[in-house]
Amino acid sequence: MFHHNKIYARNVAGMTDILESRIIGIAGCGGLGSNAAIALARAGIGRLILADYDYVEESNLNRQYFFKFDVGKAKVDALADHIRHINSDIMLELHNLKLEPDDIPRIFGDADILIEAFDRAEAKFALIDRWCKEFPQKPLIVGNGLSGCGHTNELKVVKAGQLYFCGDEKTDIEMGLCSARVAIVANMQANVAIQLLLGGGKI
Amino acid sequence: MIIVNNRDKIEWHKGITVRDVLNAMGYDFPVIAISVNNEYISPDDFDSFTVPDSADFKAIHIMHGG
Repeated sequence: MFHHNKIYARNVAGMTDILESRIIGIAGCGGLGSNAAIALARAGIGRLILADYDYVEESNLNRQYFFKFDVGKAKVDALADHIRHINSDIMLELHNLKLEPDDIPRIFGDADILIEAFDRAEAKFALIDRWCKEFPQKPLIVGNGLSGCGHTNELKVVKAGQLYFCGDEKTDIEMGLCSARVAIVANMQANVAIQLLLGGGKI
Repeated sequence: MIIVNNRDKIEWHKGITVRDVLNAMGYDFPVIAISVNNEYISPDDFDSFTVPDSADFKAIHIMHGG
């Protein structure tokens, strides 16, 4: 289906046919989740499962893939609108709720890969623990250390079994957040997901 | 010998647990993800999971921000 679509005419050979049949879950649609979702939509992912309880605020616009006209909308709804403006054939499953660990299997069970995009370390870890117990064979790609500005060379991917950690492993949110650095890590997460779906290899 | 985060080395002994390795490293981070030979280890098992000799031990401190 997607390979007939001119959107993907410049994709890497072979990737569109694979990605259009794959499913990625994104837990959290803020700085990491919104930017990762857009990257995956542009890459040609077939189905996205998006979950977030929050609503767009003006203070989100420095780093999240939203616009002034989105303010007040549920993040999952606003993000879905932007994805549909890229490719309306992408299947979207939206969950406007505060995710609890017990929700993970029901909401993300169909996903081939999950992208973690929460704010709080405790919530990130609760997701990691539940996902790994429930789906020990499925990758989980975690954003871990994306605050501050610059220091691009400190951003990396660390593999620990089924877990892939993207970021610098040391900066914390109290340093403040910069659009470029958040988007780099979000796109690292999307890039790792795409590579794994296309067959893996050294990250 | 146990290799921690591809960098540090901890002397192995029979029965050494994940908790023992964390203590030996001085890791007391409140939120930390552990894998041993690419297997995720839940905190529920830190005191009972014994780490084999020559293990690849990863300890990732989880940061706020997303």
